[in-house]
Amino acid sequence: MATVGRALLIVAFAVALYGISASLYGAFAGGRAWVDSGRRAVYALAGVLTLTFAILELAFLRSDFSFNVVATHSSTTTPTFYKATAAWSSQEGSLLLWVWLLSIWSSLALRVTRRRVREVAPVATAVLLTFASFFLMLTLFFASPFETLASVPQEGTGLNPLLRHPAMMFHPPMLYSGYTLFSIPFAFAIGALVTRRLNAEWIVSTRRFALAAWLCLGVGIVLGARWSYTELGWGGYWAWDPVENASLLPWLTGTAFIHSLMIQERRGMLKVWNASLVLATGTLAILGTFLVRSGILDSIHAFGASTLGIPFLILIGAMVLGSVGLVVWRRADLASEHRLDSLFSREAVFLLQNVILVALAFVVWWGTFFPLISEAVTGTRASVGPPWFDKYTVPLAFVLVALSGVGPLVPWRRLTLASVRRGFVLPGVAAVVTVLALLAVPGAWAEPKAAVFAGVVAFVLTSVGQELWRGMRARQASAREPAPVALAGVVRRNRRRYGGYIVHAGFAVLLLGVAISSSFQHAQDVSLRPGQSARVDGFDVKYVRATSRAEAEKISLGAVLDVSKDGRHVATLRTTRGFYPSQDITQGIVGRFFGGESESEVGLRAGLGRDIWTVINPNIAPLAPIIDRGNRTFRRAMVGIMSGPVRDRERAVMQLYTLRDAAVTAVARRFVTSPWPADFRFIVSPLATWIWIGAIVTFLGGLLALWPAPAAARRRVSAGYAARVARELARTTQ
Amino acid sequence: MMELLVVFLVVLAIVAFVGAPLRRGARRLDPDAALHAELADLEAAKEAKYREIRDAELDHRTGKLSEEDHRLLDGELRAEAIALLKRIDAVRARVGAQPPPPAAPPPAVG
Repeated sequence: MATVGRALLIVAFAVALYGISASLYGAFAGGRAWVDSGRRAVYALAGVLTLTFAILELAFLRSDFSFNVVATHSSTTTPTFYKATAAWSSQEGSLLLWVWLLSIWSSLALRVTRRRVREVAPVATAVLLTFASFFLMLTLFFASPFETLASVPQEGTGLNPLLRHPAMMFHPPMLYSGYTLFSIPFAFAIGALVTRRLNAEWIVSTRRFALAAWLCLGVGIVLGARWSYTELGWGGYWAWDPVENASLLPWLTGTAFIHSLMIQERRGMLKVWNASLVLATGTLAILGTFLVRSGILDSIHAFGASTLGIPFLILIGAMVLGSVGLVVWRRADLASEHRLDSLFSREAVFLLQNVILVALAFVVWWGTFFPLISEAVTGTRASVGPPWFDKYTVPLAFVLVALSGVGPLVPWRRLTLASVRRGFVLPGVAAVVTVLALLAVPGAWAEPKAAVFAGVVAFVLTSVGQELWRGMRARQASAREPAPVALAGVVRRNRRRYGGYIVHAGFAVLLLGVAISSSFQHAQDVSLRPGQSARVDGFDVKYVRATSRAEAEKISLGAVLDVSKDGRHVATLRTTRGFYPSQDITQGIVGRFFGGESESEVGLRAGLGRDIWTVINPNIAPLAPIIDRGNRTFRRAMVGIMSGPVRDRERAVMQLYTLRDAAVTAVARRFVTSPWPADFRFIVSPLATWIWIGAIVTFLGGLLALWPAPAAARRRVSAGYAARVARELARTTQ
Repeated sequence: MMELLVVFLVVLAIVAFVGAPLRRGARRLDPDAALHAELADLEAAKEAKYREIRDAELDHRTGKLSEEDHRLLDGELRAEAIALLKRIDAVRARVGAQPPPPAAPPPAVG
């Protein structure tokens, strides 16, 4: 199987190289047949890589430890669900996933645009296949997922315990889908610049892919945050970690792009800006991939040091130089067709919002790369922490959220005083009332910024609500439909507009959850024995009893806690710490079951008002003497068996292993039968659940904006306007 | 042996699939490619203009644009749409393309 996988990778590499040559030759000399053949090479690549990835997945599901990557990232005791996800927990498998997704999305993009952007598409095909060739080269020569072991082990190392979380099934594929989907507008932008077809068509053709990239990357980022919140055991969802930041960078510039492309589409403006933004976004997507794999910056999410840094730096260097060179070379063709009509227009709001998003991206970039920058300048590596990021990003986020409320209220081209009165009064009143009401709450003056932010969010939600209401009323007036039908009708027929508004509302709610949960969070570290209690933010938390569970996969030591307030039961929380066996035999026959990697299962009571979060950190030092005794006893027994008759050896070893398992279970039970104090971290976070609710609303809005209207409806609407304009055209020519 | 056969079959299938356009004979690039590309750009701009007209109408009906503002903006947009239609006709005449079929009656916005 590994041989087939390796051979298919070579075939894929050859197909990609052929596709590049055929597309470029077809575009500039050879004719349509070569262009078509180049496009088919992308489809073929998707087919071959699907087979290749299926072989790798099969190896994981069958625990085929002849594959090095399976032996080092899975085991027979790994649950099937995690065996399937283990493929992308490795450097090698994730590179294959990246290029496979790239081939799928590229095929889709080229299929959709096969009758459009005919001049641009061949160059875009060559660019997409260049990316594919680069990643295939890495999987062939630097990190092959099909490397085999000369001596096949009986058991694998197992999946990193921290990666055993349901979000890991979707988090990396969504992130990689985001990154690879951003390659599509990047490639078409390069094609448009090379062929000088810089008008609206390439934008229209790839807009949906940019939106899909934004959506997938956003979902991936939020799933990563959720994983952090429920798995990493520190109680947070965002730590300004370099790899987290790397995924945020293209998302920020991509958000700017999907707004500003509307201005180019409508007015033929901002062509330099849009080309620069999309090229920057594509480059940042590769930069994010590079950061995860190079090991140049320390991150819990990274794969560690590797030899991939230099090839990635060469690719990123070529992308930056090529992008800048192309934009400068084509600057005359990128001139705007119109000027901004008014500083008080939706175009101006979009422009300001773009500036804020790019400023945010710059802050995140600077903070992320500061260790490298400081090392280059001073010779000493220094890093900046969350307070530094918060100092700059919080004010920018304030303005950004406010603009997401202003945007829907402002018409295109120009805003008049009358429309200010009609649009801004209600949201403005809602904002002021919210701020005043919150400042009247005891304790709110401690964090006035949070109250003001809540006011800004109230402004956004009211402006979006007002727009939906007015749209529904307009529909009711014309179609005489009941309110829910009219609302559904107006949203369905204007998906891009109302999808965008819903995104704004969801994003504001998400950031409100971030602002309030971080401003008013109560965190406390305590050490408790069973029966003891602690008071956290007005809640009494009682350590009711210890728990232990010994399984083949791991040993879990945990606690059951009772949370009450004013004598009334609020929640029962269960938290555990799982200890995975180590492969290091020097830790002893019993000791290795407690000496491997460990992970936390948090106890969480999520609610609309507040989350109560806890994690246990059981100190296993008191078990050390009994573990040492067990190690000595079993080592003596094993030596006795090995020096005994060969014919009885296998049976005796099996009996010894049964006794060992019983002993390990008994050692773990000591945590319950003779409990000692355990360390707990308790966190009470108000409105934290709204982060996830806001994210879901945001992505539903994105999905709505992305979902195409039925082709017949589109044609009907377009034909209707065509008829009206044509009637006027006839009048003007009479 | 089986593995070799599988790889060989995959390669064969790829060569057949990817090479099919070349076997159908070399079709030269469209001599009017530049005109067709211009036409496609203009069509995209026309669709965007229709969307603008539609959005302005919805803005008017949801109270963001007054009657007067809408009338002015709608006039501007229609003039721009007409300019685009004239340019499309001119390009079509140069490539000898047929005009599109007659349009259906206009639908309601909301």
